[in-house]
Amino acid sequence: MSPKPQARTKQLVQLATYPLDWLEERSGLVGGTKYFLFRKVPRDIGWYHTLGSATLTAFLVQATTGVILAMYYKPDPNSAYESIQNITNHVTMGWLVRGMHRWGASVFIILLFFHMGRVFLFGAYKYPRELNWIIGVLILVTGLAEGFTGYLLPWDQTAYWASVVGININGTAPFIGDYLAQFLRGGAEIGPDTLPRFYSLHMLLIPGALFALIGLHLYLVVRLGVSPNPWTKERDEPEPTGRSGLTRPSARGVTK
Amino acid sequence: MDPTNQSPTPSIWPIGFAIGVVCVLVGLILSTTVLIVGAVIAGVCGVLWIRDATRRPAAAPAPEPPEEDDDEDEDAYSRGMFLSAATLGLGGVIGGIVAVPALGFMVAPAFIRQHPKSVDIGPIDGFPVGQYVIATFLRDPSQGEVSRRTAYIRNNGIVNNVPSFTIISNRCAHLGCPVQPNGPVFDDKKKTVTTTPGEVVTIIPTIPAGGFGCPCHGGQYDVEGNHTAGPPVRALDRYEFEIDNGHLVLLGTYSVSHVDGAGASAKIHKYNLHGPGEHVDGPEGWLYPLESPH
Repeated sequence: MSPKPQARTKQLVQLATYPLDWLEERSGLVGGTKYFLFRKVPRDIGWYHTLGSATLTAFLVQATTGVILAMYYKPDPNSAYESIQNITNHVTMGWLVRGMHRWGASVFIILLFFHMGRVFLFGAYKYPRELNWIIGVLILVTGLAEGFTGYLLPWDQTAYWASVVGININGTAPFIGDYLAQFLRGGAEIGPDTLPRFYSLHMLLIPGALFALIGLHLYLVVRLGVSPNPWTKERDEPEPTGRSGLTRPSARGVTK
Repeated sequence: MDPTNQSPTPSIWPIGFAIGVVCVLVGLILSTTVLIVGAVIAGVCGVLWIRDATRRPAAAPAPEPPEEDDDEDEDAYSRGMFLSAATLGLGGVIGGIVAVPALGFMVAPAFIRQHPKSVDIGPIDGFPVGQYVIATFLRDPSQGEVSRRTAYIRNNGIVNNVPSFTIISNRCAHLGCPVQPNGPVFDDKKKTVTTTPGEVVTIIPTIPAGGFGCPCHGGQYDVEGNHTAGPPVRALDRYEFEIDNGHLVLLGTYSVSHVDGAGASAKIHKYNLHGPGEHVDGPEGWLYPLESPH
């Protein structure tokens, strides 16, 4: 007696999803991913709500290309410039990876500002999302710090003098400016220690902070949900409840 | 039971402990004496804090007799509390032992005084009287090209049997770009002087008839380095110098608010070296009371 076709299909599906079930049973990761990706969102949101994801994508491109560039870059005053020339001219597709990182940096900052503008103009920073606005501003500041520390790394004339000016702008901060500038330079003058210092900040310290801040930012996005459009007609529908089971406050603070 | 009686009353020793820890951190960078004093303060306050904290459960029941049926719960609670406090405390100590040297290592350069090396830039006969030359040299040959600096040097001749020089740093007093002479630069009359091993000084005559100008943001200075236009906040910095066996030797740099007069008879209003963009005088100077050790 061969099994009926329906039963066979069921068997095949079970076989195919077995690895996922195995994973789910031991980690809950499948359910977690579904919870993260298939969230309820307001019905009338549009493309402008994708600016945050676009910024995240730009950041991931920076992280990936940065890791690859770090395999060829030499953060030493005597060889930094040559190693950049080597990446651009000799390493296979090096020009492309460096170009992606170099132009992607601007794309990241521009998208950050577009995203911020969208959130501001839609009033999406209002209760209960104030904290996420603050975290977003911290992401903006750390992102700008990435731009500042990364600019020195090509170690050409533009990089050098732009960093001299940037460090000295930090140095004009009242009271602590001198110490801040000395910390950034690793001494009283730009010297052999400055470049490795900027490199370390650029690829270890600040990206770590960015990853942590982005994690927090996303956690709050998932917890609080996507804000509806200011002109939405859906405001009287009941809001979905959070994982804790507590009813979330209305996204726009409208009392019913 | 009244919950307010169970919670320990605040102790002031944690504040002393914190002050001690701060002294240790500062002492790590500045001086051993401060470090030891801080360690003693932290140790004493820490012991007193622990004594305070451990005495509290015994003292708390005193005003009110403890209820017998709560005894077991109370015991379990104290042990749990002790263990979590011990975990937190030990974790904090281990974290501190790891973090303090690492952070100190990171911020140390901001607190360490760096003594500028003196640079021999050649016999004084090589500097024509009354004319500026552009001298480029390595501030510290062991650091390589990154320490290359430029100074504008004018020999003012012998005044009262002492050679007089005007030696202006090319670091703009706005944000540190290299200022350029506003006038012809005679590259064809360039010469190099080898003074000490590893040190090659380049000297190029120039006539900065219009003073000096900065290419970055348009700051302008006259031939004495006085600020005349644009965003800079003071005059150009100058080099200290000495004459050693007929050689001109550059020492450290200092900041200048402005210069009255010109040449050998100039009155230089001199200040400790400040970063570019920092006012040395006037009310804006009050914004920079802390001088980092340059």
